[in-house]
Amino acid sequence: MHELALAESIVDMVAGHAASRRVRRITVEIGALACVMPDALRFCFGLAAAGTVLEGARLEIAEVRASARCRACGNTFFQDTFWTACPCGERDFERLTGEELRVKEYELDATAVT
Amino acid sequence: MCETCGCAEGAKVTIINLKTGKAVEASSEHHHGHAHAHAHDHEQGHNHTHEHGHGHDHTHHAHDHHRHHHEHATAVPLEQAVLAKNDALAERNRAWFAGREILTLNLVSGPGAGKTALLERTLQNLAGRHEFFVIEGDQATSNDGERIKAAGAPAVQINTGSGCHLDAGMVARGLAELKPSFGSILFIENVGNLVCPALFDLGETAKVAILSLPEGEDKPIKYPHMFRAASLLLINKIDLLPHLDFDLDLALTFARQVNPAIEIMTVSARTGAGLDRWCDWISAASRRARETAAARFREAVP
Repeated sequence: MHELALAESIVDMVAGHAASRRVRRITVEIGALACVMPDALRFCFGLAAAGTVLEGARLEIAEVRASARCRACGNTFFQDTFWTACPCGERDFERLTGEELRVKEYELDATAVT
Repeated sequence: MCETCGCAEGAKVTIINLKTGKAVEASSEHHHGHAHAHAHDHEQGHNHTHEHGHGHDHTHHAHDHHRHHHEHATAVPLEQAVLAKNDALAERNRAWFAGREILTLNLVSGPGAGKTALLERTLQNLAGRHEFFVIEGDQATSNDGERIKAAGAPAVQINTGSGCHLDAGMVARGLAELKPSFGSILFIENVGNLVCPALFDLGETAKVAILSLPEGEDKPIKYPHMFRAASLLLINKIDLLPHLDFDLDLALTFARQVNPAIEIMTVSARTGAGLDRWCDWISAASRRARETAAARFREAVP
């Protein structure tokens, strides 16, 4: 299970930017095909944030739908699975979205001690 | 969600140099609340005045008596990939390998597919034709590392503790111990796991996935990320085909469904079936790694 390693990376990254200021919320973008279970990430985030300026922060997960461009016909199409074929029938595609694993933004506590 | 193999905070990663017997503990990369200088503060739009100066001493608990109440939004865009740190280290490893014309193969599979046995056989087959180095990854024991050492290749064993995958940082520390030579071939035998290693770039030239017959032909579609990330699939223990209900054609179909470009070979580490073809693939890949590095250098230097 790697969600704990990922949660620790997220906490480290945001704590580094926030310095000693409390963080109220972070928004993480996770692609639908990113190989990350949002529930597991939520659970691990709580563990990883304990004792840091992110303790108690709300974790918002924005899920990104997967899409790809077909190399055969040039069309862009949505994918529900890893290997969903283009409506034209071909599976030679370039994935455009769906594998994101990114911290989009964070929000500091409005009553943050400064 | 598995509760027994989580990468626990504070887990001890150890790197064992099997030549010297020296074990080095690599401290966890995850540390919180570290104090270091920041030059970022006043971009956040705090437009209030302070009657006192602020240092970055991180002892904010002493400041309770003067809380500032701000109602303005303080959402800070970051847009940073979570795996940025690992990916940056992986790219550094990749550049290190390119500079030394080293072919690096990341061997991935479920536990017990035959990675180590295949490596032993490969080292035997190609002895004298290439110089080999091996990084072994397991949660615990030096069993695999010792087998490789007995097979005649320099090896380091990385024990991840409770970790379920190798990451780029661990590989970099392993390289510092192993010191692979110019033009050599490095095998990284990852922790047996078809899920997590797919996510962590180590800086390798290619991932080679190994699937053994007893595991069943549907693994490629059950673990699509891993099989999509692999350049080559070795179907091992092919000598068991007469004794198992393994549908080889279906396995090939499933693999090509998740990765149309994947190359597939059947091998047996036990009988040696398919070994020559696999070894030819390695030699050709090594040659390409050396030619690519040389060509890039020529392009860069007019």
